[in-house]
Amino acid sequence: MSEKITLKINNIDVTVSAGATVLDAARKLKIKIPTLCNHPDICVAGNCRVCVVEQKDSGALPAACATPAAEGMEIHTNTRRVREARKAVISLLLSEHNNDCLRCYKNGNCELQELATEYTVEADRYISILKDYGVDKSSPSIQKDDSKCVRCQRCVRTCANLQDVSALWISGKGRKNKISTFMDKTIDYVVCTNCGQCVNRCPTGALTEKNYIEEVWGAIDDPSKHVVVQTAPAVRVALGEVLGCETGSRVTGKMVTVLKRLGFDRVFDTNFTADLTIIEEGHELLRRLSEKLRDGKDVPLPQFTSCSPGWIKYAEHVFPEILDYLSTCKSPQQMFGALAKTYYAEKAGIDPADMVVVSVMPCTAKKFEAARPEMNSSGFRDVDCVITTRELGHMIKQSGIDFNNLEESLCDSLLGAHTGAAVIFGATGGVMEAALRTAYEVVTGRAVPFENLNIIPVRGMNGVREASVKIEGCLSKWKFLEGAELKLAIAHGLVNARKLAKQVAEGRSPYHFIEIMACPGGCLGGGGQPIPTNMDIRMKRMDAIYSEDESLEFRKSHDNPEVIRIYEDFLKEPLGKRSHKLLHTRYTERGRYRTLNR
Amino acid sequence: MDSSTRERRIAEHKKRVNLIFKKCVWDDFLDRALEMSPEDMLEKVKESGLRGRGGAGFPTWLKWKFAREAEADEKYVICNADEGEPGTFKDRAILQEQAGKVLPGMLVCAKVIGAEKGFIYLRGEYAYLLPALSQEVENFNEKIREKGERFSIEIKLGSGAYVCGEETALIESLEGNRGEPRNKPPFPVSEGYLGKPTVVHNVETLVYASIIISEGPECFKSLGTSDSAGAKVFCISGDTDLDEGIYELEMGMTIKEFVELFSDGDIKAVQVGGASGHCVPRKKFADTIIGFEGVPTGGSMVLFNSSRSMYNVLHNYLEFFEEESCGQCTPCRIGCQQLLKGIEAVKSGEKPSEYLDDLVKLAGMMKISAKCGLGQSAANPFISIVEHFREEIMY
Repeated sequence: MSEKITLKINNIDVTVSAGATVLDAARKLKIKIPTLCNHPDICVAGNCRVCVVEQKDSGALPAACATPAAEGMEIHTNTRRVREARKAVISLLLSEHNNDCLRCYKNGNCELQELATEYTVEADRYISILKDYGVDKSSPSIQKDDSKCVRCQRCVRTCANLQDVSALWISGKGRKNKISTFMDKTIDYVVCTNCGQCVNRCPTGALTEKNYIEEVWGAIDDPSKHVVVQTAPAVRVALGEVLGCETGSRVTGKMVTVLKRLGFDRVFDTNFTADLTIIEEGHELLRRLSEKLRDGKDVPLPQFTSCSPGWIKYAEHVFPEILDYLSTCKSPQQMFGALAKTYYAEKAGIDPADMVVVSVMPCTAKKFEAARPEMNSSGFRDVDCVITTRELGHMIKQSGIDFNNLEESLCDSLLGAHTGAAVIFGATGGVMEAALRTAYEVVTGRAVPFENLNIIPVRGMNGVREASVKIEGCLSKWKFLEGAELKLAIAHGLVNARKLAKQVAEGRSPYHFIEIMACPGGCLGGGGQPIPTNMDIRMKRMDAIYSEDESLEFRKSHDNPEVIRIYEDFLKEPLGKRSHKLLHTRYTERGRYRTLNR
Repeated sequence: MDSSTRERRIAEHKKRVNLIFKKCVWDDFLDRALEMSPEDMLEKVKESGLRGRGGAGFPTWLKWKFAREAEADEKYVICNADEGEPGTFKDRAILQEQAGKVLPGMLVCAKVIGAEKGFIYLRGEYAYLLPALSQEVENFNEKIREKGERFSIEIKLGSGAYVCGEETALIESLEGNRGEPRNKPPFPVSEGYLGKPTVVHNVETLVYASIIISEGPECFKSLGTSDSAGAKVFCISGDTDLDEGIYELEMGMTIKEFVELFSDGDIKAVQVGGASGHCVPRKKFADTIIGFEGVPTGGSMVLFNSSRSMYNVLHNYLEFFEEESCGQCTPCRIGCQQLLKGIEAVKSGEKPSEYLDDLVKLAGMMKISAKCGLGQSAANPFISIVEHFREEIMY
C-alpha cells in the first residue's frame, strides 16, 4: 500500500497513502474536524455525522471519518453548509440527551459538551425527546445511563473488536434504538468482564465506573477506622494526566505524599504483593513443570497468569474448560488485602475488624474482584473499597492539594517496599518478564541472560507475542530442566487472549507459560485509567513504566527485602500452608448467561 | 365514467405495456442466452437504457461493468425482493406470476460479472411465497446445472426491517448481522457480500434484463423517454375508483395523464415513490413527469382526494420513519422523531407556525448528511407536503 494520493483540503494540497480517510488527511494538515463516533482504537462507524465536510461536485456532505481520500478530491471543512449541518447534528443529539450536565460525573470531560460549547448550540433548539431510562447500577464496576447515550456505538465496537465479549450491543430500530445487553438484562446478569474498556471510550457520561469516592471519604473520616491504601503500578504513570501533568509523567513520590495528606493511615503499595505474586506464581510454574517433566504426571500446562480480573471472568464465562490452567495465585490486589488484615494487623496490633483496605487501581474489574464472595480469607472482606485512577484524581482535586508542587515520599514499610519487577506488572509482558527474572535465577542461580535484566522479546504492543528461553546450567535440584526451552506467550486485549485460550482448550498449545492482560497495553491501558486513551498515550505510559523499573535499586522480586521478611516471619515458604490459605484462590464456571428465572 | 369503462380504457391506453406479465414460452431462452457472450449481453443492456427499478435509477449496465471489472475470486448477484416501501406491491406479483423471468435475469447478470452464486433476499412478510418460489428456484438450479452452468440461486428470508431494502443493509442482514447500512464507498460492486463484488438488483430490473436479452434492447428502448427508457410496473393505491393494482406503463407520463387515467378527477395530491418519495400537489400535475427527469418512483403511486388531511398523511409517513430508521445515524434517528414531534407541536399550538421553517431546514440537513438512502429520503414527504400544504399542517 505505497500508493500515494493527493487531494485538496481547504485549497491546501495534501498527500496521503491509499486507504487514508479524509479525516486522516485533514489531521495531517492540522485541520481539526470534530468527531464523536470515531475512535482510533476501533473500526470506523460513520454514524454520528458530526464530521461531515463539503466535497466538490457532491450535493451531500460526506462523513470525513468514513470517506476514503481520493485523487484530486476537493474538500472544504468550514463552509456555511458544513457548520449548519454540524450544529444541527449536535442540537439533535442534545434533544435526545439528558442535559443535566452539572450533576453528571463526566461534566468537564465530555465530548458532547465540548462540541456543544464549540458550536454554540442551544440545548432547546428542538423538542426534547429524552426518554425515561433507569440507570443500571447493578454491576459493582460499571454504571450505564442510557439517558446520556449518543448511540455512537464506540462501546459496542470496543466490546466486540477489542474484547471479543459483546456484552453491549445495539437493540431496537429508530426511536427505540439503544445500546443494550443480552435480552436487555442488567450488566451484572450478562457476560461482562467488567474490564471498563467501554468506559474508557464512551464520549459522554453514559458509561462510567461505579464510583466509591464517598465510601472512601467516609472511611477516612471515621476515627474508629484504620484505613490503609494500596496503589497499583499502572496508576503512578497515569495519575498525572488528570492533574495537569504531561502524558507519561511518573508521579510515584507525589502520589504517596498526596495519599498521606488525604488522610490514609498507612500508604502501602500493590507492588509489594506483585513481587510476592512472582514468588508464588513462579514456584507454582516450577512445580507444574517438575510434576510434568520430572514425574511425568498429567499436569495442566501451560500455566496462565491470573492477575487480570477481566481475563479471569472472561475465562470463567467463555473457557470454563481451561480454568485448571490458570495460576491459583490471587491477584496482587487481593493478596494485599488478605495480608493487610492478617500479617499487618498482627504486626501493628490492629483489629482487622476496624481496618479498611482501599485500593487505587487502573481497573474497573478490580471492583468486581474485591466483591467476589471467596475473597475473604482474612476472615473479613479482604479489600473493602476499590477506586480507579480517575476517582483518585477527583479526590485529589476535591482536597485542594497542589499536587504538582508536592514533595516526594516513600511508602510505609511492611507492605510498601517493591522492585522494578513489580512496577512492570503495569505493562503487557511485564508479569512474564518479572517471573522470568526470578524463575531463571531460582533454577540456575544466575540472572536472566539479558542485558541489564531487560527481556526485550516479551515487551511491545503486538497483540500476541511469543518468546522462548533456553535453560542452561541448572542447579542440581532442577537438573531435569537442563537444556529445556521454555516457551512463552503474551496476549493483551481479550480478542487476542481468545486465540491463546482457544489453543489450550483444543489441546494444541505449544507453550509453558502464558501471560494474559484483559486490557490493551495491559494495566496501563486499564478501564480505570484517565480518559482519553489511544496508542500514543499508552506507549507513553509504557515508556514511563520501564523507566521507573530502571530507576529502582532492586529489580528482581526475590530481592525485595520486605518479601524476604514476610517469608521469614509469616508465610515461611512459597506455596506453603499460609500461602495456600491467604494467597491462592479458585475459579467459578459461569456459563454464557445466568439462569433466566431470576 | 364507471370503473369498468375506465378499466377498459386503461387496457387500451397507449401507455399500457405488456412485457413483464405477458404469457410467453421461454423454454429456449436459456439456450439462446447462454450462447451469447457476456460482452454481448452487457452491450444489449447498455443499449436498452435500462436503469434500476428500485427507484434510484442507477444505469444497470454500468453496475454490471463495475462488478465485471472488479477483480475477485468470488462475486455475487442479489435479487432484492425486500419490497417494503409503503404502497409498493409489484415485486410480490412478479415473483408470484413471473419468477421464471426473474431467475434468468440473475443468471444473465452472473454471466456478465462472473458470479457463481445468487441470492434472493425475500421480504420476511412474503414468507408465504416461499414454497412456490423455492420450487421454482430448485427447478431452475437443476436446469442450468444440466446445461453445465456453475451458477446457483439461494433464497434468504428477511426479518421485517424496512431498512434492509437498502442494499448495504441487505448485505449485512444476508451475512447474518444486524441490518444497518454501511458506509459508501466502498460500493457493493467492489466490496459487497462477504467483502466481494456484488450486484444488488430490484426484482423488476432483473425481469427487464431477461426481456432485453431475450427480445432485444429495441423492445425496451422504443418506450419511454431519453432519460427514462422503457416501461415500469406501477402500484396504484389510495383514492382510485378502480381496484388497487398493478399496471405496467410506459415511463414518462405526466402525473396529469396518470390521474386522468386512474381517478375520477378529484385528486389533490399524489405521493410518488412511497413514504420516501415526493408528494406532488394538483397544481404541479401537468408539468411533472414520472421518471428520472421528474419524480422517480420505485412503483408506488398513492392518490389522495380532497377529503384527505395531508397532516394525517404526513403524520403517518413520519411515524413510519421514526420506527423504521435503523437508528445508527443521528440525522435520521433523531431527525425523523423531531419532524414528527414538530408537526404535532405546531398542530397543537405548542410551537408557532414558524417552527415549520426550522423543521424544513432540518429536513434539508437530513437529506445531505444522513448516512444512507433511507435517511436522505425520509425527509422528502415532509419537505413536499409542508411546501404545498402548509395550512393543513398548521390548522
